[in-house]
Amino acid sequence: MKSIKELEEIRKRTLDTINIRKERTGTRVVVGMATCGIAAGARPVLLTVMDEVKKNNLSDVAVTQTGCIGMCRLEPIVEVYRPNEEKVTYVKVTPSKALRIVNEHIMQGKVVDEYTIGSED
Amino acid sequence: MEMYRSHVMICKGTGCNSAGSERIAQNFEAELKKHGLENEVVVERTGCFGLCALGPIVIIYPEASFYSQVKPEDVEEIVKEHLLKGRVVKRLLYAETVAEDKIKSINEVDFYKKQVRVALRNCGVINPENIDEYIAFDGYKAIEKVLTTMTPAEVIDVVKRSGLRGRGGGGFPTGLKWEFASKSVNDKKYVLCNADEGDPGAFMDRSVLEGDPHAIIEAMTIAAYAIGADQGYVYCRAEYPIAVKRLTIAINQAREYGLLGDNILGTGFKFDMEVRLGAGAFVCGEETALIASIEGERGMPRPRPPFPAVKGLFGKPTILNNVETYANIPQIFLNGPEWFASMGTEKSKGTKVFALGGKINNTGLVEIPMGTTMREVIFEIGGGIPNGKKYKAAQTGGPSGGCIPAEHLDVEIDYDNLIALGSMMGSGGLIVMDEDNCMVDIARYFLDFTVDESCGKCTPCREGTKRMLEILDKITEGKGEKGDIEMLETLAHTIKNASLCGLGQTAPNPVLSTLTYFRDEYEAHIKDKKCPAGVCQGLAKYFVIEEKCKGCGICAKQCPVSCISGKPKTPYVIDSAKCVKCGVCLEKCPFKAIVKQ
Ligand SMILES: Cc1cc2nc3c(=O)[nH]c(=O)nc-3n(C[C@H](O)[C@H](O)[C@H](O)COP(=O)(O)O)c2cc1C
Repeated sequence: MKSIKELEEIRKRTLDTINIRKERTGTRVVVGMATCGIAAGARPVLLTVMDEVKKNNLSDVAVTQTGCIGMCRLEPIVEVYRPNEEKVTYVKVTPSKALRIVNEHIMQGKVVDEYTIGSED
Repeated sequence: MEMYRSHVMICKGTGCNSAGSERIAQNFEAELKKHGLENEVVVERTGCFGLCALGPIVIIYPEASFYSQVKPEDVEEIVKEHLLKGRVVKRLLYAETVAEDKIKSINEVDFYKKQVRVALRNCGVINPENIDEYIAFDGYKAIEKVLTTMTPAEVIDVVKRSGLRGRGGGGFPTGLKWEFASKSVNDKKYVLCNADEGDPGAFMDRSVLEGDPHAIIEAMTIAAYAIGADQGYVYCRAEYPIAVKRLTIAINQAREYGLLGDNILGTGFKFDMEVRLGAGAFVCGEETALIASIEGERGMPRPRPPFPAVKGLFGKPTILNNVETYANIPQIFLNGPEWFASMGTEKSKGTKVFALGGKINNTGLVEIPMGTTMREVIFEIGGGIPNGKKYKAAQTGGPSGGCIPAEHLDVEIDYDNLIALGSMMGSGGLIVMDEDNCMVDIARYFLDFTVDESCGKCTPCREGTKRMLEILDKITEGKGEKGDIEMLETLAHTIKNASLCGLGQTAPNPVLSTLTYFRDEYEAHIKDKKCPAGVCQGLAKYFVIEEKCKGCGICAKQCPVSCISGKPKTPYVIDSAKCVKCGVCLEKCPFKAIVKQ
């Protein structure tokens, strides 16, 4: 038999895994995963982001992918959409850069300036 | 549970399932594995999404991409493009969601825009065979609140204040029903759920049971607490195997979690339930017949009073509610009765699920706030009539209801407005008819159904409906006479007044309602011996158009009763007296020289 407390734990734990099916309000991380992105190493980046999100129980963060963003030379590209904030585009992302993006930008709201597209040119 | 970045929701409601959605699910699982994505993307089998006409349906989150009419061989492309590379496969999306510059979310398309999902809120969103997913979306939170913070009287008060009325057809206030049963003093009481759903063309209750079975378990437990019952039964027709299977799984899971049983959530409250199968007799949906059937007797109604709230199953106080009625209950406790009562019209609160069928583009299930107009349901949500045909009428309430003609399309749907029009809400079947439907034939169809389904216990229903059907047969065969309409009306009123149960009391409604709105069609059949819609074979006449006939003789060769004669190269003639109106000549004529009138 489950107690009310256990039920609440199940609720929270399961919601973390399935609430991407509801209208979202939280942060969205988009990884460019067209052929160009994959060739440049986008899959390890995607997996790192997912792992880190999972590890930190970030239940209102959705990790999704998109096709070619149009700047193939800068792949892998990661875009971060936080509610009510401008989109931030990171370029030439590696797994270790992805770790910092999750930890600093997504979790603490501090944009990792040196990886953004603006610092590239 | 694992965290997945993408969820592939595959409809396994009865409609999509019979269109092969299990193969699609298996292909997804195999393809995901092939591409090493099985730890990133999860495949879930869900209940009905509602848009059955376009099944099998697959929705992929977080994008909420709505794929329609998916074939097993499309799966590889969806996995490779969408799930691996993030490129939505536009060609397979539901066309309505593809706008010029962007892909609309499903909530923006006409079919879903005007819907409000309360009873269907979890259908297509959760895996109904996993209790944790129900719990995640606030499942079993209402029973927790009820058992730990409310008295039975307070529970009944909330249901009363919500204004919820029975969704099984009658529209009786649910809170009042519970109050009656709570006041009956007895050592044993029962809570029943009516999942018999006998109205032809209706499948709301099936979809709720298939898509969200735990909602019914939770609601019945709340009802049991309110009236002081410890045992429940869901009476479900055996023709709903998927619903029965999912409900049974759900009951077992609820028992495992202690949400059914002797000491629910440690509060000391005791309730358990079982499924009972019906053999698909329409009359067994009537409450006293249903009770007899659960008791192991022949499913026949008995006179009321005593009402089941006083003397029901095994002679004990009993409440019976419809599946959809129950599906609203947990939401009322979570969001408050005022929230529920804020939707709908003055006397009909909340939403209603309709099963759209017949001559309508978006065949399927829709849930709309009470007070939505018929026009909005049929033309906006339902997408209108196929092939540019003209709307003629819509039948609500199935064999107990009536039709709504074009001049009343702007009526706001609620219990009282539909009754005022000579129809009724019924359980929610909505069958649309266009200019090609003959209304006499429609009335005949429904009466044929009730004659079949009459249990035979009372004479007005057993004999009366049969006599009415004979007259309708006569009229549609072209043998109608003066006085037939009047005789139909006399019989109808007697049957309505004298029958024992709701089956007989409402059986004449389809005839009376078509007589009100389409009397001219009856008269055309009787006086002019014509079926204006060209449906009734008995009244059809086949002609050869002389100018078009090339005298090839194909029609004469094909005619099974040799009633066509003529000489080669001259126009042929059909002998109407011998013609059996099979239509073969019309079909075979290479020059379209034969017409039916
Ligand atoms: C012939 C006949 C068939 C019925 N069939 C159904 C049915 O299939 N499902 C249903 O819920 N109610 C059906 N009813 C209505 C039930 O008798 C009863 O009113 C209803 O289940 C009560 O639940 P509610 O108050 O939640 O609507 C039928 C009634 C009659 C007279």
